[in-house]
Amino acid sequence: MRVYILLVILIFFSFALCAQDISFTASDNPNDDGGAILLEWNVPPSFPEMIITRSIDKENYIEIARVTPLLKTYIDDENIEDGQEYFYMLSVPKMNGETLQSFSASAIARAQWFNTDKISLLIMTILLGSAILYFILSARRGKRLYIRKISGLDTIEEAVGRATEMGKPLLFVPGISDLDDMQTIAGLNILGHLAEKVAQYDSTIYVPVCRSMVLSTAKEIVKESYLRAGRPDAFNPDSVFYLTDDQFGYVAGVDGIILREKPAANFYLGAFYAESLILAETGFESGAIQIAGTAMPTQIPFFVAACDYTLIGEELFAASAYLSNEPNQLGSLKGQDVGKAIIILTLLVGVVLEMFGIHFLKDFLATH
Amino acid sequence: MKIFERFLHIDRRIIFVLIFIGVALPLIWTLGFNLEVTENVESVYNLMEELEPGTRILISFDYGPSTKPEIQPMAIALMEQAFTNRIRIIAIALWPMGVQMCNEAFEKVSAEYPNIEYGIDFINLGYKVGGMVTINHMAKDFRSTFPTDGGGNPIDEFPIMKGIKNFDKLGCVISLSAGDPGLKQWVMIAHDTFGKPVGGGTTAVQAPIMLAYVNEQQQLVGLLGGLKGAAEYELLVNKPGFATKGMDAQSVAHLIIIIFILIGNIGYFATRKKDTMKS
Amino acid sequence: MKRQIPMLITFFVGALIIVSEFIPHKPFGNLSTSLGGWFLIISGFAIILGQLSLFKVNIIKISRKAPNWPYFIIALVSFSIMVTCGILWGTQKQPGLIPISDKMLNFFGYKPFDYIFKYMFENLSATMFSLLAFFMASASYRAFRARNAESTLLLVAAVLVMLGRTTIGSTLTCWIPESLGFLHLPNIASFIMKYPNTAGQRAIMICAGFGVIGSSLRIILGIERSYLGGK
Repeated sequence: MRVYILLVILIFFSFALCAQDISFTASDNPNDDGGAILLEWNVPPSFPEMIITRSIDKENYIEIARVTPLLKTYIDDENIEDGQEYFYMLSVPKMNGETLQSFSASAIARAQWFNTDKISLLIMTILLGSAILYFILSARRGKRLYIRKISGLDTIEEAVGRATEMGKPLLFVPGISDLDDMQTIAGLNILGHLAEKVAQYDSTIYVPVCRSMVLSTAKEIVKESYLRAGRPDAFNPDSVFYLTDDQFGYVAGVDGIILREKPAANFYLGAFYAESLILAETGFESGAIQIAGTAMPTQIPFFVAACDYTLIGEELFAASAYLSNEPNQLGSLKGQDVGKAIIILTLLVGVVLEMFGIHFLKDFLATH
Repeated sequence: MKIFERFLHIDRRIIFVLIFIGVALPLIWTLGFNLEVTENVESVYNLMEELEPGTRILISFDYGPSTKPEIQPMAIALMEQAFTNRIRIIAIALWPMGVQMCNEAFEKVSAEYPNIEYGIDFINLGYKVGGMVTINHMAKDFRSTFPTDGGGNPIDEFPIMKGIKNFDKLGCVISLSAGDPGLKQWVMIAHDTFGKPVGGGTTAVQAPIMLAYVNEQQQLVGLLGGLKGAAEYELLVNKPGFATKGMDAQSVAHLIIIIFILIGNIGYFATRKKDTMKS
Repeated sequence: MKRQIPMLITFFVGALIIVSEFIPHKPFGNLSTSLGGWFLIISGFAIILGQLSLFKVNIIKISRKAPNWPYFIIALVSFSIMVTCGILWGTQKQPGLIPISDKMLNFFGYKPFDYIFKYMFENLSATMFSLLAFFMASASYRAFRARNAESTLLLVAAVLVMLGRTTIGSTLTCWIPESLGFLHLPNIASFIMKYPNTAGQRAIMICAGFGVIGSSLRIILGIERSYLGGK
């Protein structure tokens, strides 16, 4: 009876093994800087937990992982040297610990010089970069480029004039992120233009900052702006000052400045988080004209609701080019528009293809 | 007509006082408005319900005190469901203050479940810097990423950590996240790379962004969004708590805002009509 | 030269990071991470500049007896107390110069720095955060006026979402049968958040991404020099 049962079990396992293509492969892990080998297997889901062992000489195998059939892949990146061949064994153990079946494979790890997963990114970078360079060169050759009106930026001079007439200062808040955020740099670029206007009109500007690195940069920008306007004597280094790194401590400090100094115009240009509405509402209550700009999608609605003018998303980054009116910079804005056109076209083509059940574009963009 | 003009210029202090009363009173006296459970929240609940007793899950506390009112009730409700169903929790934090949030949640819940033992049914492995790099490392070698628990004790001493070398033995991963690093990173690594089901809870502001991951590929099994998500989960586990009370307050506050919006628009239309008639 | 050298450094490093994004081979693969680490180290040192600025500005205002000058003293005193507590007794995770006495620990329950952080700083932060609730109400009252078609649409969407995201929405439409479930306010709110709102947010994010690319290219190529203080 026992013999019959064993026979049935053996036949069952044989069918199970034969019914499915079983494979175990080892290859260099793609798109990395070496030091990793990709192990893949295709085994019946009924297999128990399997053991992966590794050796460099086909003799002394050491266990590196225990894996389940469903996992299908494992990346071995422990102490792998490039150029060295590693031999792997995938063992299916029996209940008593002996090996029922084992599979072997070998591979050599290498570093790649190009990440093939980023092909679409490279194509987009080249297209966008070429478009931007083309329009910059066109602009240099004298071609007139149309840029639509951005009301918030046109109001800057008016705001400075208003502040001068009222004898009140201006307030500039460059956001709460550090210099590694492009929004902060975009905000500081606008600060340069604004500070020059302030110097020309002989008004006052306060720039409370949230980060020490931004403090140094903002101070330098404001100083240079006063120099360009021919008013180096009028520059007050203490007009650019640090408050605190803490989000709500910073907004409490800025609110205090707004309520005490009662600036005629407030500029909020940079990266903001939850404190955006607190700033904008306090500024509204003080009666100041408010111009805000941020690329944080969650904060734009608050600024739109509470401020007089809002620069939405890319308008913040375009501001410096718009204000300088230099052909070089305006050319880059046109180049960005080409990028947007490519995205819109890709979206439309992708939607139509998906409607007809053709998935190659979606699959290509998902994996590359 | 004067009254309509007044509608346009209501002193905002009146609005503030009414909001204060509207938020404070429901916190004291529960109003018990009807709450409907949405599909995304139910998906997370079902994910937990389908786990066998004794299964270990990973909960990542990726938030801090500023978002505690929204996300902490989710953590408490999830823990209550887990302990009721004898599901064991391995807790970690990718935000520094997440450790404290986890400890506070466990202290609150364990008072109602005296049989729950630290090290057997629950463990807090503490905070690790690194975000995605840490998650990736955990997925390959859990024990070297977290060699000790939050108190500095080696994890080998704890029965709950027996056999945990990577994500294989985990039933699912739940990330309670207020930003970065958080839910997005868990989806990218735990689900997309290692195929583990991932559920999440996030603030109401972040929820629309994370909803994109609740899709056919089930990158996210479901999502608890904001205080409402937390209240729905409390309803599902049948343990109304702070979120349920808070929803009454939130509802009343929203109603007050809507009433003021309507008053403002009535004033606007009435005075506009008057100006049109004058001209 | 004052301007040329920073521009050259910007161009070289910017181009290198763009190229390294596509090359996993050493040393390009880890370049972004390494440079990010350098930035963190430099910004750590820059903190000292910030603290000096804080002290200088406040002391000047105190010495000139500017309006509300006592509050500037409070700011400096608070700063000094926190720094002193942190250095002397440390925090929960970090030891200080002096070990904390059992008497002090039993009295406060925490080290002084942690005690002030937990019972003063966190509560002050939460208070500032809670201002949002009040300001949201006053901003909504002011902003949501049906002046034209677009603002009417905004108003209607806002009201639907505000009702749908609360229990009042569920209560108001709970009588609608399941077959017409799409008319339930919570479902309408979910629809608005999931489709039009997400579409709008993604469009803004894509365009902002292009803005970052354009802005970064202008800086790398030296076309934009405002960050250096130039035109």
